[in-house]
Amino acid sequence: MKPYRGLAIIFGFYALGEFTSSALDLPIPGSVLGMLYLLAALLGGAVKLDWVENEAELFVRNMSIMFVPPGVGIITYIGLLKSQAVPVFGALIISFLITLLVTAKTVELLRGERK
Amino acid sequence: MNPYGIALTLVVFYAFSELHRRKRAFYTNPVLLSITAIAALLWAGGYSYESYMESAVILKFLLGPAVVSLAVPVYKGRETIKAYAREITAGIVIGGTVAILSAFYTAKLFGGAEEVLLSMTPKSVTTAIAIGVSEKIGGIPALTAVLVVLTGILGNAVGVELLNVAGIKDRIARGLAMGVTSHGLGTARIILDDELAGAVSGLAMALNGVFTSLLLPYLIEVLK
Repeated sequence: MKPYRGLAIIFGFYALGEFTSSALDLPIPGSVLGMLYLLAALLGGAVKLDWVENEAELFVRNMSIMFVPPGVGIITYIGLLKSQAVPVFGALIISFLITLLVTAKTVELLRGERK
Repeated sequence: MNPYGIALTLVVFYAFSELHRRKRAFYTNPVLLSITAIAALLWAGGYSYESYMESAVILKFLLGPAVVSLAVPVYKGRETIKAYAREITAGIVIGGTVAILSAFYTAKLFGGAEEVLLSMTPKSVTTAIAIGVSEKIGGIPALTAVLVVLTGILGNAVGVELLNVAGIKDRIARGLAMGVTSHGLGTARIILDDELAGAVSGLAMALNGVFTSLLLPYLIEVLK
């Protein structure tokens, strides 16, 4: 059964990533390590793209619903959010503007220099 | 385990996704509307977050394999990454670092509490990775989740217009700025204008997620 192969690879690499993260007590999430392992396996040819492509795309395309349950957790921090509204929303908007413009300008300068 | 939390999440998310499909606008973002609606329902009914999470936690668990799956779009984009290696590296290292530092220091300037500062730092990274990072560095994952979605909505709503006003014409610069700043929602917006910028944006989102999760835990020790 083909989907099981893809799911086995994805969940297997996730487990391996979590294992590395906790065994070595790393501050990096196990899921990110699992992603790096899967990328290395694809680049090295140990895993063929065709084995995982459909299952991985199913996960990536449907990621947004998975943010809802952790986001609802905000109700347990309503008090904090009210008292911290200015730092939270002020920093959100200013940091957004700075990041967008600095990144765009940096890359544009780099590109201009090459031409 | 009760069936209510997961059923509620699926029904509400499906309804708002349909609304978003019909009326494509940043204010119909299904994630933010679902979070708000479910939070309001729990509050109105007097239900606790724990009772909701008893079954909704399954969806949260799937974020792990979803992050692992991001390896596939990165692998498929390897030729693009190679072609623009210098720009992508500079954009992610500088943009990713600026995102963290600007969030931390502006929040601090406005008198933010430490747990708020920590929760803000991963806000430019795709939600799945940001939640994991927030947990690891002692932030509040729920606050991070909401801030990430709001950052994405900002990028989706005004990112392209701001780049136009700032006179940024280079397609690679535009794509990188959107992906590094506002992850998936920024990517979804710029891909409508320009396919190359959209592809670069999607890769920048994934790579910035990895970069931030590797840098932030160590950087935070210095910032604290």
